[in-house]
Amino acid sequence: MQEQVKAKAIELLQNGTCDRVLAWKTGEFFYDLTPAVFTTAEEIEKDLVFNAFCGANLSKYLIAESRKGGKVAAFLKPCDTYSFQQLLKEHRIWRENTYVVGVQCDGMCDIDAVRERGVKGVTGGDFTGDTLTFETLYGTETLARADVLAERCRFCKSKKLVVFDELLGEQGEEQDADRFAEVQWLEAMTPDERFAFWQEELSKCIRCNACRNVCPACSCEKCVFDNPKSGVENKAAASSFEEQLFHVIRAFHVAGRCTDCGECARVCPQHIPLHLLNRKFIKDINEIYGPYQAGADPDTRPPLLNFDMGDPEPKRGDVG
Amino acid sequence: MQVNGQFQPTIVAFCCNWCSYAGADLSGTNRLQYPANVKIIRIPCSCRLNPMFILRAFQRGADGVILCGCHPGDCHYTTGNYYARRRMTLLFNMLEFLGIERDRTRVEWVSAAEGAKFAATMNEFVETITRLGENKRLEDLRCKSK
Amino acid sequence: MKQIAVSGLPQLLEAMAALEALYLPVQQGRSAQFTRYEAGMELSQDLNTGRSAKDLFFPQVENLVDFQVSGKNIEVVERRDPGEDFILFGVRACDCRSFDILDRVFLSEPQDTFYASRRSRATVVTLACHAPEETCFCTVFGIDPADPAGDVTAWMTKAKLCLRANTKKGEKLLAALPMLQDGGEDAVVAEQAAIHAVTEKLPLKDLNLTGFDGDHLMEKFNSPQWAQLSQSCLGCGSCTFVCPTCQCYDIKDFNTGHGIQRFRCWDSCMYSDFTMMAHGTNRPTQLERFRQRFMHKLVYFPANNDGIYGCVGCGRCLKKCPISMNIVKVIKTLGEGTT
Repeated sequence: MQEQVKAKAIELLQNGTCDRVLAWKTGEFFYDLTPAVFTTAEEIEKDLVFNAFCGANLSKYLIAESRKGGKVAAFLKPCDTYSFQQLLKEHRIWRENTYVVGVQCDGMCDIDAVRERGVKGVTGGDFTGDTLTFETLYGTETLARADVLAERCRFCKSKKLVVFDELLGEQGEEQDADRFAEVQWLEAMTPDERFAFWQEELSKCIRCNACRNVCPACSCEKCVFDNPKSGVENKAAASSFEEQLFHVIRAFHVAGRCTDCGECARVCPQHIPLHLLNRKFIKDINEIYGPYQAGADPDTRPPLLNFDMGDPEPKRGDVG
Repeated sequence: MQVNGQFQPTIVAFCCNWCSYAGADLSGTNRLQYPANVKIIRIPCSCRLNPMFILRAFQRGADGVILCGCHPGDCHYTTGNYYARRRMTLLFNMLEFLGIERDRTRVEWVSAAEGAKFAATMNEFVETITRLGENKRLEDLRCKSK
Repeated sequence: MKQIAVSGLPQLLEAMAALEALYLPVQQGRSAQFTRYEAGMELSQDLNTGRSAKDLFFPQVENLVDFQVSGKNIEVVERRDPGEDFILFGVRACDCRSFDILDRVFLSEPQDTFYASRRSRATVVTLACHAPEETCFCTVFGIDPADPAGDVTAWMTKAKLCLRANTKKGEKLLAALPMLQDGGEDAVVAEQAAIHAVTEKLPLKDLNLTGFDGDHLMEKFNSPQWAQLSQSCLGCGSCTFVCPTCQCYDIKDFNTGHGIQRFRCWDSCMYSDFTMMAHGTNRPTQLERFRQRFMHKLVYFPANNDGIYGCVGCGRCLKKCPISMNIVKVIKTLGEGTT
């Protein structure tokens, strides 16, 4: 697939379809790829990589890239196309300045999952089949691909490319993944247990804002949490309240717009399962207002910008 | 808040300007009693209620938060309360998901003619929160310690 | 040299915790973190902690003073935490070097008394890196992972833990631990040789820092490469907050409703409101912010500190950056073309 992506990128540049290409750039290792804009065939030949570690969602970069003039081609994986379509819906990306090459995705791997399985000091290997081979400082190791898939890929919601100008590989289908299992597991707990769970997880937060900055749905020009005049701007969670405030408000702000791309959980340096907050909203929306997948189509109204006169009232507790 | 060793809850009631605030007014002019624990904040419409307001109320010492607006279909701005209803439904579910007691938050529709309903709602809500006890899970200790 | 069988480690931790508060890397979910010891805790097997050891000396949040308002009076109350003597166990060579770098910032005049107090109350027990990883490049900065500094240096082999006191404080600690036996150097020498055999193979060991100094300041500052290096930077603070040497902080006031709590917290040069002033910010785009972080570590800091770099090669930013843009890539890119 890497060779196909490279060839396509060069072709698009050379036949004038675009003048820039947004893709993944090689790093020091096979897994530390950086999203980058390429402008020449030489750069693409030398540095463009497409492998099992291209986890980064490129859609958000198109907000800025599509406004720069000229045309930018982007290689988007299925979940990236959901984010892309959602951003189009919100008029954040200038469609006429973009050219989307949809790329078939077989699931992306998580290097931290590799390390957690005891494979340390990885320097290279072969990551094409179902069994991955890792060259390490301490010898050669193998792991099953299924064991080191990123969380969001283990529970992949869809391999369908929902918007593209051109397709590389096969078009996929929506998947019947059990992605709400963990939400249900939490829902089944007592309030005390749930509170303890979230206190433990959220107290790890170091307020680095990686979850917010990587999130394609978080595209405000100036976030309320960055505004010193908002009264909630904070660079550190000085009390457990602030951790709750930040993550609840952030999840709420993207509710109905979050495509469940899983970037927030992927980038969290403290490994907080932030995707569970978003999935709780998605699950509730599906159950209360009918199935809805953000980014799946260009024109349905997002559930929080919509209503039905027969909507149920907020659920009551049992004390009152 | 503890008064003479007894728990006295602090309740914040966000009331829409057109119906519920007038309803509260009516209950006052009718001399209907409801506890002084309730602090009313007037907002232009129930859909003005940013979820951040609710969390901030809890941070600053509220034990319960209630949103009152026009009955569905009667919104001064036609549809504001429909949006508010969806938002509060999801927000309250999320708070419960985090382990916050479900009963600390509530939505009640009170029209300008329903002074009696306003008083009854507040009486009942204060009683509920009193039974539930102090808000400990959404508090900011910095605001509590003197 | 002292030693104890690996099976005696739990008793050793217990004994140290009985002397003073003990902090050590403990597995917490998916990563190891420095944690205050409680009975039964085990030393993490991870090479390094998710957050760095600087937390113990320079916590993310720290209260400074309270302003209590009553009527027309404002009372200023100091909120300094007196702290306690503590043992910091299992610090790697890179993190231990980071303390020297932080010292140069916080202990130079005017001294940061909050930091100085914690520094003076700590006994640092370092642990040699049994199995360095591909992201390690501490050797580039002259750090030897097989022989870390600290008050006590420890080596963990398959069979035993060897400890050597380097300072008076370290001697005092080892003397207070009766379960330690005297031992020879052989195991340590073998362990060091094994570690060096690995560091020889580290992929980043040949990182070239030629040209990263005060003499090339303007050349580096004006490099056209910053634009492409910073183009994908998300502007989050992951790299700064996991970095053992990042030491910028902000002092902020929190209105409690009945007074003001003044606290300081880590700040990140990657943030748009970093060093915000009345006229606004002097680093308007991510390019300037990104450049600031790496210029500080690789050029400004050595220029002002006898050539010591503000990086210790721990590799945390390599592992944590959401888009994998890190100091190694910066060094390699900016180093190209240096004469």
